[in-house]
Formats: sequence, C-alpha cells, structure tokens
Amino acid sequence: MAYNITHLKQLESESIHIMREVVAEFKKPVMLYSVGKDSSVMLRLAQKAFFPDKIPFPLMHIDTGYKFPEMYEFRDEFVKTIEAELIIEKNKEWFGKSHPLKFGTDKCCRLLKTQGLLGALEKHGFDAAFGGARREEEKSRAKERIFSVRDHFGQWNPKVQKPELWNLYNCRINEGETVRVFPLSNWTEFDIWNYIKLEEIPIVPIYYAKKRKVVNRKGVLIPADYEHAIIQENEEITEEWCRFRSLGCIPCTGAIKSKATTLNEIIEEVRYAERSERENRVIDLNSDSAMEDKKREGYF
Amino acid sequence: MTEKDLLRFTTTGSVDDGKSTLIGRLLYETKCVPLDQYDAIKKTSQKRGSGSVDLALLLDGLAAEREQGITIDVAYRYFETQKRKFIIADTPGHEQYTRNMVTGASTADLAIVLIDARNGVLIQSKRHGFLNSLLQIPKMLIAVNKMDLVGYSQEAFNQIVADYTDFAGKLDIDDITFIPVSALKGDNVTKKSEKMDWYKGPTLLELLEKTYVTANRNLIDFRFPVQNVIRPNLNFRGFAGKITSGSIKVGEEIIALPSQKQSKVKEIVTYDGNLEEAFSPMSVVLTLENEIDISRGDMIVRKNNLPSVGNIFDAIICWMDDTKVLNPKTAYFLKQTTNNTTAFVEEVYHKIDVNTLHRVKAPKVGLNEIAKIKVKTTAPLFFDSYKENKGTGSFILIDPLTYNTVAGGIIKKIRNTDVIEKPAYIPSEKEIGIVQKYTNLDPSMIQKMLIELNL
Repeated sequence: MAYNITHLKQLESESIHIMREVVAEFKKPVMLYSVGKDSSVMLRLAQKAFFPDKIPFPLMHIDTGYKFPEMYEFRDEFVKTIEAELIIEKNKEWFGKSHPLKFGTDKCCRLLKTQGLLGALEKHGFDAAFGGARREEEKSRAKERIFSVRDHFGQWNPKVQKPELWNLYNCRINEGETVRVFPLSNWTEFDIWNYIKLEEIPIVPIYYAKKRKVVNRKGVLIPADYEHAIIQENEEITEEWCRFRSLGCIPCTGAIKSKATTLNEIIEEVRYAERSERENRVIDLNSDSAMEDKKREGYF
Repeated sequence: MTEKDLLRFTTTGSVDDGKSTLIGRLLYETKCVPLDQYDAIKKTSQKRGSGSVDLALLLDGLAAEREQGITIDVAYRYFETQKRKFIIADTPGHEQYTRNMVTGASTADLAIVLIDARNGVLIQSKRHGFLNSLLQIPKMLIAVNKMDLVGYSQEAFNQIVADYTDFAGKLDIDDITFIPVSALKGDNVTKKSEKMDWYKGPTLLELLEKTYVTANRNLIDFRFPVQNVIRPNLNFRGFAGKITSGSIKVGEEIIALPSQKQSKVKEIVTYDGNLEEAFSPMSVVLTLENEIDISRGDMIVRKNNLPSVGNIFDAIICWMDDTKVLNPKTAYFLKQTTNNTTAFVEEVYHKIDVNTLHRVKAPKVGLNEIAKIKVKTTAPLFFDSYKENKGTGSFILIDPLTYNTVAGGIIKKIRNTDVIEKPAYIPSEKEIGIVQKYTNLDPSMIQKMLIELNL
C-alpha cells in the first residue's frame, strides 16, 4: 500500500482537524454561512468532521437584503437537506435603509455586514465563528492566523497575532474576545472548484455562465437584471456571456466574461485565470489596504 | 489533474538576499499570478523608476510592512504545477524574527535558505540552517542567489558550497543541496540558466517537484490522539482524531492511554464509507470492539508500540512573547497533541546562541531566544522525542494570564517514567504462521520464541 493521499485529501483532513478542535475547546461555536462556494465546501467538511453525528453547531447567515435572489432560494433549499440549524441575522437598525449609493460602499459594508455580524455574535453569545476566507484571496489574509483572535469590538490587530506552530491551536481567549476560525486558510480557488467537482457539492447556479443583461463599466460587468442593481440613466445595457466568480451584494458584485457552463470549464478557466478572484468585488478596490482596514474594524 | 501531492516549504533569507524576488518569480513563472496583479506591480515599478518589473512587490502584505519595506510576519503563499501543490511559509530572516522562522519551519517538509553570492556565508545563513535543523526539516536547499552580480562565477559558488558544507557538519540535516540562481534574471529558478554551463543540476522548481515528501512522516508508530467522542445515538460511540503517525487496520489490537484498557479496532468510519486501513495524516473516527472509557486528550496506540509516558522531560523551547520573559514560578498551560495540562519550567539548563550555536549560561529567557529546559507537567503526557515523531514531540506554552502563546517547544528526552506495565505480549496467529512458513517449527515452540524475543 502506498501511504500517500492527494493534496485535496490532505487539505480536507487539516480542515476537519481544525473544526474538531474548535468544537472540543470553545463553548459556543457557529459557522458563518454566506451561501457562496467556499461556504458550501466548509459545510461539507463540517458534515465529514462529525459524521455519523449531525453538525454540532448552527449556521448563521448575516443578511444584507441585497443578495441575489438565486442565493436566497439556494440557501433555503440546501439547508433543509443537511439537517443543520440556520440562523438568519441582520442589522435591524440599518437593514433596508443603508445603501452604497447613499453612504458609499465602505460605510454600507460596515453597517450591514460588520455591524450585523458583531451584533449577532453578541446576541447569541458565540465565542468562535468559522469563516470560509482563504489566505490566497487577498494580501492581508495571507498573514492572518487560522485562529484569528478579535477584541471586544471584533477588531483584528495584525501586530499582536499569536504564533501558530505545528497544528497546535491555542484556543484560549480572554473575556470579551471572540475568535474567527478559517478552516480553508490553505485552500486556493482552484482547490475549491476541484473539491466541489470531486465531492459533487451543490452550488448557487449563478456561478455558471449564461447570457445576462449587463452594463460594462470599465471591464466590470454590472448585472442589470436585478432589483438592486445600480444603473445610471446614460449607461447602455447589453447582453453578454458571463458568470459570477465570487458572490456578494448585488450593487457591489460584478460578473466576468465567461462561457463556462460546466464544472470542468470553470476549473479550466480558474487554473489559467488572468484576473484575481475578487476583482469583481467593488468593495475591495477602494484602496490598497481596503481589506486590511475592514478587518481591523471587525470585518470578516 | 486533481491527483497531486502537497509540499510545504519555508524560505528564509537575510534582508536584501532577494527572497521576495525569488518567490515572486516562482509564482509568476508557474502562472500563479493573475494579470491584474501583475499590471499593478508593473505600474508601481515604473512609478519608482525601475526599468524592469519588480516581482518582489507581489509579496507586499500589511500596510506597516509597505511603509517600512520589510516583512514582519509569516506569510503563506500558494502555487502549483502539474505535479504538485506548494505552500510556502515566507518568513523574515532577521534575528529579531526568530519566532517567525520557527513558526514557518514547524510545518515545513523542506527549507530554502538564500545566500547572497556576493557576501558568502554570513552568520545569518548559519542561523537559518541551525533553526531548520532544530525543527528537523529533512531537506534543505541552499539557493546561492545574485549569481548575475558575481559574473556567474563557478569559483564564487564553490566557495560558498565549501564554507557552508563545513559548517553544516554541526547540523542535524543530512540532505543539503546547493543551487546557483539569479532570482532577478530568472537563472535556474524554473528555467535552466544559459549563463552557467558548469552547473549540471536541476532547476529550483525541478528540485521542489522531485523532493520525496514522505521523508517527513513517521509511518511506523501509530499514534491517535483523541479529539472528540462522537455519540449520535446509544448504539454508536466513536473516537474522532487525526492520525499523527503510523497506520492502523480493522481488527488490530490497541491500548488506550492513560487507562491502559485494551481492545480491538472494530471500524474505521468516515463520511465517505468505512475503511480497512487508515494512516497519517488522515482524519477518521475509530470504533472499538468493547466499550472502554476514552475521552479527549487520551491516546489510542498499538499494544506493542507505546510512546513514552511521563511528566518530567527535557525540551528545547523558542520563547515567543514580547511582553514577559520566562518565569520558572509561573504555571503555564501546555498543549501537546490534544492534551491540555499545566506545566512548570523546573530548570533552565542553558540558552543556545543562534548565531554561534554555543551554550550560554543565563537566567533569563526572552523573546526570540532558544533554551534547553526541564519541564514538569501536572498530568502525564504521552509523547515521543521530536526527532522520532514531530506530532507527539511538540508542544506550546500558553501564559495563564494573557493567554498568549509564549513558547513553542520540542521534546528531547524523558526524565521520569510513570511506570507503565507493558501488556503481556501474545504472538498472533499471523506472526506464528509467518515464522512457521520459513522454519517448519512446532507452533508452541514458535510462540515461546516470539515471547522471549519480545521481553
């Protein structure tokens, strides 16, 4: 017998180990479920980690009200099939009131996502929250620990991170602190898609390409077919073959040109992608350290 | 396409050795840099008046680092080829970042150490080698960089090989390979250099693709630290964990520590179906033939292959806390495998000067210092020496007030043993059968022989 396992199986085993450590050492963990592909993979890993038992923590979706209708539909159907409790939370004070046009994307994100998340964690008393972020995604994430301690305000301080050696995770936190745990830290976008294929994991259909009505704004294809899409009067709406490479809120998520209608085609496209994964996310493009700034404020 | 394996490696170099340029080139030439990122660094390079694209800019991380133009923390990078996926722990090389180097080295199967061809073997190159050796990385690549600045001279390269080989005799790494490169010009990184005919060896990428990864794994000693007990209903009781080392089959006899209760493996359960055999580094759930009491922190091992069990041992630690020095009166939390216990540092034997490898007598151990100590825990641990088994021979110390991870440690030697009665050895039918096949002796005679051999 050759005692070797593939890199995907190694990543899987590492992620399972992380989830089990959290369940053993924290009082009240939760899994942040954003409906995207990374969340779908994370959920499958949670099923594997505790099999044949059910997932021993709830899922929580921080809703902004601006997600794609296909995402809501998928969420409600999918969660039924995996026997897990789904909590849906929002920042009640600003839900339906905040809008990127009114406040700018930064502030809108802070109100609906960051504040929504912090309020929900406090309300339920969760001390550990799994997130699907990957280090490869963005440069400040490359330096974040798998167990990322946040202060009372959910803020990340890159200068006082605990060293993380071997696979020995320090699960002790002070009163008022919480921890974000990223079991997919070492996965790449390419790994995620290969794993989705290998495991036949269901995903939101708008990851696949089809002809959509869009506005081409400096190369970012802004979807025009949705209620919350922001289209200026003078902008021209065209039909393009495109797909969503990562999913966020409608006003801040663009599509990319693509004809990938199958998993194999997406995998090929991602392997030789010429653009970064989050290039269509308007929120990251605001400044050179946009993500780092958001994380310092408590964003995921 | 998905049938690849994984190689984790760490890179260290001193300031201006060209480490970021080297990693940038690896990422770029394996087509793992998206065009928009490339365009962005191209613009920045032009803005700074540089004629060529500075690939090192791909690795810029935190705002503070960009301001100071240095690397502060460990950063993890990813790239892949048709053969392998690679995870790089990119660590800064300055002495004050020893803790980051140790952190990066703790998970690495291979280490790349950069040496500037113009400077020869400096004290920091030796320090990097020492830390890699301490952390028992099985293979080290010495990339002699900036060969373009010494006219691609074979003599300059050979001098560095001779000097470093001489020093490396003191280290505990047998497998060291030297390679002359220019990260800036791309010589011998992913493409063979046209300027160095005298070098007949493989490129850096070829070496990374060829390195045998299982060298870093212990596939002999089965160690299964229990993470959680899985109890979905009254009929199922399974023990979840990641196999730290070795392998196990259904039907094999096991013993649980610390209870020393014996049983046999009934099933190896996974979401994808039960397995007949499992091995490191798989995460599985084990069920046993009889109901014995096992909980988190316990360890399941083979009856005839036990780890050390004890609560006093010698260890080498790297101190990682910048707010406090090591205090022998403090009861630290110690985490080893899935075991959380309390530990005291009974004695600091000596510190090790990371630059000279000399022992230094000094009472205080502070940030980035390496020391040999004697540790006493309040409950016995199940461990092997780090050299034999990284997974069971490593631990972290946590400050009881701040909860910071204040030290990473590797276990050298046990100082006392909690007397553990070795269970009586009874040769299996299979063992007797094998001996009989070759000797034709009477089975009862074989049984006696085997028992005597194992006493």
